[in-house]
Amino acid sequence: MVALTIPSIGRRAENTSPPSAAAEVMAGCSLRLIEQSLTARYSDWIAEALDEIQGCFLITDPGIAGHPIVFASRGFLAMSGYSREEVLGRNGRMFQGPATNRRSVLEIREAIREERTLQISLLNYRKDGTPHWILFHIFPVFGVDDGRVAHFVAVQVPIPRRSRSLSEARCGGARGRLFGACRNEVRSDCDLGCNLAADLFVDVDNRGLEAEESREASEQEKERASDAANSILSALTHCSKLTGRVVSSKRCRVGGIPTLSSSLIISLGRIKQSFVLTDPQLPDMPIVYASDEFLSLTGYSRHEILGHNYEFLNGPDTEVEVLHQIRQSIRAECACTVRLLNYRKDRSSFWNLLHVSPVRNASGKVAFYVNVQIDENAKSDGLGLSPHMRQLGVVGAVKVAVRSLSLCAGPSRPSS
Amino acid sequence: MLTIKRVPTVLSNYQEDSGESRGCGRNCLGKCCLPVSKLPLYAFKSDARPEISSCGVDEPPSDFFLNNLLLGGWEDRMSRGLFRYDVTACETKVIPGEYGFVAQLNEGRHLKKRPTEFRVDRVLQPFDPAKFNFTKVGQEEVLFRFEAGEGDKARFLESAAVGEANTPSVVAINVSPIEYGHVLLIPRVLDCLPQRIDPDSFLLALHMAAEAGSPYFRLGYNSLGAFATINHLHFQAYFLTMPFPVEKAPTQRIPIVKGLSQSKVKVSKLLNYPVRGLVYEGGNTLKDLSDIVANSCICLQENNIPFNVLISDSGRRIFLFPQCYAEKQALGEVSQEILDTQVNPAVWEISGHMVLKRKKDYDEASEEYAWRLLAEVSLSEARFEEVKAYIFEATGLESEEEKIEPEENKGTTPHQSSTTAAAAAANHFPEGCLVLQ
Ligand SMILES: Cc1cc2nc3c(=O)[nH]c(=O)nc-3n(C[C@H](O)[C@H](O)[C@H](O)COP(=O)(O)O)c2cc1C
Repeated sequence: MVALTIPSIGRRAENTSPPSAAAEVMAGCSLRLIEQSLTARYSDWIAEALDEIQGCFLITDPGIAGHPIVFASRGFLAMSGYSREEVLGRNGRMFQGPATNRRSVLEIREAIREERTLQISLLNYRKDGTPHWILFHIFPVFGVDDGRVAHFVAVQVPIPRRSRSLSEARCGGARGRLFGACRNEVRSDCDLGCNLAADLFVDVDNRGLEAEESREASEQEKERASDAANSILSALTHCSKLTGRVVSSKRCRVGGIPTLSSSLIISLGRIKQSFVLTDPQLPDMPIVYASDEFLSLTGYSRHEILGHNYEFLNGPDTEVEVLHQIRQSIRAECACTVRLLNYRKDRSSFWNLLHVSPVRNASGKVAFYVNVQIDENAKSDGLGLSPHMRQLGVVGAVKVAVRSLSLCAGPSRPSS
Repeated sequence: MLTIKRVPTVLSNYQEDSGESRGCGRNCLGKCCLPVSKLPLYAFKSDARPEISSCGVDEPPSDFFLNNLLLGGWEDRMSRGLFRYDVTACETKVIPGEYGFVAQLNEGRHLKKRPTEFRVDRVLQPFDPAKFNFTKVGQEEVLFRFEAGEGDKARFLESAAVGEANTPSVVAINVSPIEYGHVLLIPRVLDCLPQRIDPDSFLLALHMAAEAGSPYFRLGYNSLGAFATINHLHFQAYFLTMPFPVEKAPTQRIPIVKGLSQSKVKVSKLLNYPVRGLVYEGGNTLKDLSDIVANSCICLQENNIPFNVLISDSGRRIFLFPQCYAEKQALGEVSQEILDTQVNPAVWEISGHMVLKRKKDYDEASEEYAWRLLAEVSLSEARFEEVKAYIFEATGLESEEEKIEPEENKGTTPHQSSTTAAAAAANHFPEGCLVLQ
């Protein structure tokens, strides 16, 4: 019997607690990815260029597992009370809290999934636990070369408590009475003519803020958000020309290998095991997705294998019969599990427990094959699941992601 | 007594031979086999520290419960051929329109089954050991036990003895899945609880949503009279990586003056949606949220009002829909055209995911059809307000009613759902619908 504790499953710890040890380890692994996320595309000048832009904003990389923050502006850090190290590598949801409207979070989630711009009011929390209303303006930045989302940017403009006239309307009219527990504060706030002291009082007290269903941003704030977004976009575009990996606010269609939507990539990026997807519709069934774990298992980098047939893992001592068996089950649109000798980039070999399974899209047709690799000599996941069960877990997660995402035909890839 | 006839969905491969119990020695979930069995056990962290209230530290993507345990196990049962069909081969689409209702063509789900009679006028009925129940399910349909653990860490035991003293809660596959990962959560299976919400079982369901940790993995509950087909306590759950129409619908916060000051739970009303319902979210702990929803359900049960519950957003948002479709159906008040599609508006349909059995209906599915079907499910505005008042009274909430502005309700036909109407409609019944008085 195997008994183990799982430190980090479905858990959401408190806003204010320090990152867990597990999170630190994970941050360690992807720290390099995070550091290079901007410089690889926008050159070393990017930090300087972004620092010149006023305001609060965050940049995230959907290509890295967990969709982490890779840049936080000084203004953002001042507003939120966090240090740069505390935010880099983490997901933007760390700023949400008990009174954050869940439907607003859903709208942000869907904007990311559909790779589009969104402006929405949102209640976030600072490091010290105090809530504040922001106008949240998010937009994708597309790579011109591959048509994929390179980064998301989120600009945040604080929405202050409104001046007298609005406050009065709230207190006197129907809306003012919606505030339940905070009614008295709101009223006394009105009596005081909404001076700054009252503002601070309510803000510190929190209850007033959290009871508000939403706080409408003014035209001025919306404009400020759009202006900042434009400045950031032009800095990114400008710097991307220095590396030749140009970005744009519009998606450009590219020929050749159809790209997966970044929402599919985000979903696949959550699956933390070695696997690749191949596309049977394309000549020679090229690899169209490879997980980070596959890259570390085999030693290849992503651009070396995307677009290539999977068989480069085979070598002189790979059993021909096993390869034959795999091809046959692919022809029959069946799953198969085999063990075969494979080779890394450095030509060292390993025994690969390979599971290959068809993956259907929303219309029920086979859209991809997923190949899940387990190095026979690697130690187990420590959770007591057999290698085969772990492989099947990957297959299940991939099936769910592909089926659901092809359902709405993510904009990167028109449904066929 | 009010009953309807409908084709029941087969949830387990052992359902076909319900009635006579096949002795044992076949590894079932009954008292004969389960206590001496070993099953995988997932024990979730059960301490009452803030859970849903905070989303601070972003730990590594938490894929073990969902990907490895649930989906891995599900895929394994699929490769063993335990499902009645491959749901990933069923065509599915988003119905064009503002709401994004999802339609699936599933011709295999109801094959080979004769309509069965269901009593629809009693939300609470005693457990009947002679009818099919989950103790008759074979253990190969069980993925794992799901129970509260101790301390602040989740635990997984690959194989744990059940023992005589335990009343395990289990997660089993639904052999007629409507999407990938469709499972049943059966609280304390050996206790043979009837389909009836209690606070502990409801909290267990919320924990499952939280452990899964994905907004696209939702749990649902149907009461008797609201299309539950098996009177043995169970929740359903599955994966669909897109928002349900009901999750996107606007809501209006109900100002609460009393009753929630400590827990920070927010209660809202759905707006612009064909089925009227309440939305609960927030709360300092999962239990705060769970308790108020469970108590709302208990109130409905005790008032004999059928209802459906959707647990969404990883357990952070809960939708409660009191409904009256089965009663209308039994009284012959549902149009034949709607009945012909044989869609039973249970929790998934109400949330916006329609499983259609006929190619023609699938091809022609429109937002207007979905709306019309669901509008039949909804209580009238007046009745809804009445039911809401019961719930608020029972849960100790007080709202500032007079301040809510009336909202327009596209296409919902007012309908007075009332059991007293039973006699009046007794002369005409659509086919497949039977009323016994
Ligand atoms: C560039 C970027 C910045 C974000 N910044 C924030 C933020 O400051 N506050 C917040 O509440 N959510 C923020 N988010 C949203 C969350 O990261 C996440 O996408 C959202 O909570 C919905 O997804 P979930 O259901 O996985 O949490 C940001 C997202 C992106 C892409």
